[in-house]
Amino acid sequence: MRNGVMRPGHVQIRVLDMEEALEHYRDLMGLIEVERDNQGRVYLKAWTEVDKFSVVLREADKPGMDHMAFKVLNNEVLEQLEAELVAYGCEVEQIPEGELSGCGRRVRFVAPTGHNFDLFAEKEQTGKWGISSVNPEAWPRGLKGMKASRFDHCLLYGPNIEETYVLFRDVLGFELAEQVVDPEGGRVAVFLTVGMKAHDVAFIDCPEPNKFHHASFFLETWEAVLRAADLISMTNTSIDIGPTRHGLTHGQTIYFFDPSGNRNEVFCGGDYHYPDHEPITWKAEDLGKAIFYHDRVLNERFLSVLT
Amino acid sequence: MPDSLIHQIKVVNRQLSFSCSEDQALLMGMERCNAGAINVGCRGGGCGVCKIRILSGEYEVKRMSQVHCSADQLQQGFALACRVFPRSDLEIESDHCDAVLIPGDKPAEQNE
Repeated sequence: MRNGVMRPGHVQIRVLDMEEALEHYRDLMGLIEVERDNQGRVYLKAWTEVDKFSVVLREADKPGMDHMAFKVLNNEVLEQLEAELVAYGCEVEQIPEGELSGCGRRVRFVAPTGHNFDLFAEKEQTGKWGISSVNPEAWPRGLKGMKASRFDHCLLYGPNIEETYVLFRDVLGFELAEQVVDPEGGRVAVFLTVGMKAHDVAFIDCPEPNKFHHASFFLETWEAVLRAADLISMTNTSIDIGPTRHGLTHGQTIYFFDPSGNRNEVFCGGDYHYPDHEPITWKAEDLGKAIFYHDRVLNERFLSVLT
Repeated sequence: MPDSLIHQIKVVNRQLSFSCSEDQALLMGMERCNAGAINVGCRGGGCGVCKIRILSGEYEVKRMSQVHCSADQLQQGFALACRVFPRSDLEIESDHCDAVLIPGDKPAEQNE
């Protein structure tokens, strides 16, 4: 049952070279550069988002994900969730207001998969970029590249998928929209949502903890996904696979890599979820079709190339 | 402007060679020749799949993930092929990846 977690808030990603990363996230994907803080981190947002930022890039000597954050309804809910996490047995860490510019205090816990997750209740809202909230035009002029419309979800790899699912379900109120189940009945992938989207975060079983598979951004149309593919070729950007369709969630997609090897996705479409929907199940034996609906064969990179 | 210098890259464990210009990383040079001598991952220095050992020759490297290639390993001639730029003909050994993780499997053993 929903428990006050509202939606994804942001993801902080480590990159090897900030300027190369900005050419990718800003100029190719079309995110808007918002701010650079005194640690050198760069904040970006997609144009339809009301929050000040949804992506934070930090230069480091190993790529990957620092943390993913979810916004909760208000400060009372944040306190309540914090107490529930502690009661459940999670260690929580306090991240003070302003550690990320414009973001309120965050409560951090480590999922059994090894990933850092933050909850927060307050973040500065600057409104959709380039259009008014009164009589808004259809879209702003001056967007770059793929014109990514919002940060949508992350797919993360790590151990203890079942424990992580139970924690997200019982404490945070996520629902299981889709799953991949092995012949013995064990879950090897879970797609979790707190809204109507097919996933806000997803996990796939992997022996090594805290691995980052991709951060995904939403586009409006299949035409826009094809145009993204053109831009990937025009810029000689490292491609993974696509354009194609997923069996899981049925989204239409293309995967590619940032200049530090972190995988990104842009996609459109996809299924919807209501709280009374039973989870959709894909069989692990049919993982090829579940992941890449047209080829029906998994490329090895999808399972093994992680940061 | 002269064309960028081109060097021969010999992959000793695969008995394959390919040519690679100085302005191109070894992995992309290999892909361009369709040589199939080094496994391809993210092409960005992040995943470790294209880890090689350079046995002889001169080269420069760009920053790469310390998870997959530490400063010590760099000194010993290990590197991720997507971050290595040739400055002479090279002899290399591919398949030094220690990062391939298939769900359900145990982590691959270290090669070194």
